Amino acid sequence: MMQELLRFLSLQDYNTRVVLAGASVFGAAAGLIGTFLLLRKRSLLGDTLGHSTLPGVAGAFLVAYALGFAGKSLPWLLAGATLSGVTGMAVVLLIRRFSRIKDDAAMAIVLSVFFGFGVTLITAVQQLPGGNAAGLEHFIYGKTASMTAADAWFILAASLTVAGFCAALFKEFSLLCFDEGFAAASGWPVRFLDILLMGLVVVITVVGLQAVGLLLVVALLVIPPAAARFWSDRLGVMAPAAAAIGLLSAFGGVAASAVFPRLPTGAVIVLCAAFCFAISLFFGGARGLLRSSLAQRAANRRLRREHLLRAVYECLESGTVTPAELLKKRPWKPGELGREIDRSISAGLLSRAAGSGLQLTSRGRVEARRLVRNHRLWELYLLHYADVAPGRVDRDADLIEHVLDPSLVDELEQVLDNERRESFVPENPENAWTGRK
Amino acid sequence: MDWSEIDTWIVVTGALVSMACAIPGVFLLLNKQSMLGDAISHAVLPGLAIGFLLSGSRDALPMLAGAVVAGVFTGYLTGLIQRKGNVDAGAALGVVFCSLFALGLILIRLAADRVDLDPGCVLYGSIETAVLDTGPVPRIALLSGGIFLANLFLALLFYKELRLTAFDPALATAMGIPAKTMQHGLTLVTAVTTVVAFESVGSILVIAMLIVPGATALLISHRLGLVLGLSLVFAAFAAAAGHLAAISLVPWMLAEFTGFHELGAVSAAGMMAATAGLVFFAVLALAKIRGHRAAVGAMPQAGDQAGSKATA
Repeated sequence: MMQELLRFLSLQDYNTRVVLAGASVFGAAAGLIGTFLLLRKRSLLGDTLGHSTLPGVAGAFLVAYALGFAGKSLPWLLAGATLSGVTGMAVVLLIRRFSRIKDDAAMAIVLSVFFGFGVTLITAVQQLPGGNAAGLEHFIYGKTASMTAADAWFILAASLTVAGFCAALFKEFSLLCFDEGFAAASGWPVRFLDILLMGLVVVITVVGLQAVGLLLVVALLVIPPAAARFWSDRLGVMAPAAAAIGLLSAFGGVAASAVFPRLPTGAVIVLCAAFCFAISLFFGGARGLLRSSLAQRAANRRLRREHLLRAVYECLESGTVTPAELLKKRPWKPGELGREIDRSISAGLLSRAAGSGLQLTSRGRVEARRLVRNHRLWELYLLHYADVAPGRVDRDADLIEHVLDPSLVDELEQVLDNERRESFVPENPENAWTGRK
Repeated sequence: MDWSEIDTWIVVTGALVSMACAIPGVFLLLNKQSMLGDAISHAVLPGLAIGFLLSGSRDALPMLAGAVVAGVFTGYLTGLIQRKGNVDAGAALGVVFCSLFALGLILIRLAADRVDLDPGCVLYGSIETAVLDTGPVPRIALLSGGIFLANLFLALLFYKELRLTAFDPALATAMGIPAKTMQHGLTLVTAVTTVVAFESVGSILVIAMLIVPGATALLISHRLGLVLGLSLVFAAFAAAAGHLAAISLVPWMLAEFTGFHELGAVSAAGMMAATAGLVFFAVLALAKIRGHRAAVGAMPQAGDQAGSKATA
């Protein structure tokens, strides 16, 4: 096994070099263009397109037979495949334009109908005499491991085209993806841009079908962008990340299948991509599950602490602060409350007083005053300006108090009449701290 | 063209399979899960391989069971990724079915060491060979009839629940209908229908009939009961007309075109799918023309408007 790995790493095999270069470049290009497909919610368009090339392949062969020349020439069949792929794509766009049928249904319709028609034509092609029609599908729908140097050059050319267009029209494509309506209203040729984007997908799909096969085309258009989505919310980061993940998956897959030569290369590449997706799903920097659950935990913790401090402050206003008193303030469980009290004590916001009593430290007092102030300002605002019933303001204010930012609090202060709040809204802690009134 | 008993059975079986698919298909369309059929037909591969590896025989039943489990798993995993990871539905489906299909290819390659297992042979039947069966009624016709009746029964039994779940899952949940269970049930029905059907008649007919008849019906009506009924009609029609075209019209046209006159029948399943598509496009065009006329007719004339204003 080590021997095979060394052999792969030193790139001794000509064939390995070709497959590695071709698959990696294809992975990068598919990841790049797939990003835009993902954002336009058309990830599976590659699947539809790949299936809808079949009638073109069979049709091209039939036309060649009718005209009396050998149909099994690659450029001729590829031209047929491209033509029917483009037709399929156009039909998807037309269905969407002329009916209320959703994108996903339009793609499924085109996929199945075109593929069905293709199967029909293929069964006719197989009956033609001469026997050179045998394996027509396999002739056009390639396998990654049997990629030739010509295929790799084709992929390189197609990928450079795609990358060039994406770089040149990056701004336009992003506008198309995020706000089609705004793009149209600003005078951008939205339909032309859409067709151009789809055209690039056709280029990469048809070239890919021939060189690496349908499965890998679909997978590399879908999986790397979906994985990259977890790493950034910015298209400028996400698109290169998707390209990198596509490249990495292809590289890893080719390496793995060089070590285990019996495994189908395309399938191994897909599994590498799936592995990248799983990693991104859990550990992604922007939307990964780990990160979002940590953020959720931190937010919950802050919420609990703020509730505790406010409850302590409110108890202080009426007398002593004991856990028993605090329990009456909110519907929290005794254990939960005890844990939160311990946490706040170790954070230096609370301290134990005589008996089972609690008191705020000076830092805790500032913080608690700020919270109570936010809460009551918002309550007042709701009472006077939003006509919320007095019995409901406490609950409504409870929801919003944690997210009031200082500028909004200032605004509330200005809006609300000074004397109205004097009585029960605590003073701005900043002023209390510096001794100003 | 010679019409034989076999042709009758092909049409009957094709119509039953198509109608069996059309029923869950309507709900898939409404739930925006149209690509699920295509995804399941790919994703069952590891299920087949594992069923084969576990049972150690080429018996159909364990493999079919494995395939159904894999199909349900596809739906479940897609939903999970979509919800937890906040991923677009289509992308989540693509990630899952591509990965499972690749896993299946690798498992089959590993299994192939022990015995020759060609997924093409095990997995994809054709309707023409499926009806060549001894006995008065082919097994496949009975099987697809059974599935059709079961799907119809389930759709009628849970009609209200399915309708609410499809149109307003939140309201359904609020009314005490387990929306998630309904959706899992739909996935299960889809998986069973898909697997059983494509084991006998091939995947292409299933994928097409899950979506196309329902979409055609939705062009005409938005009332669920009518849509279900119409989709059954379109499915049965596509099956009958498709087979008729596959043995008569298409071979004749292709023979004229290529100049090779011994051309026999073409794939019935493929032609049924294509016919369903033709019906869809015809209805779409008609609806557009009629809709255009209706819009023009409904437009108030200049004189009318002035008159009505005056009387008001």
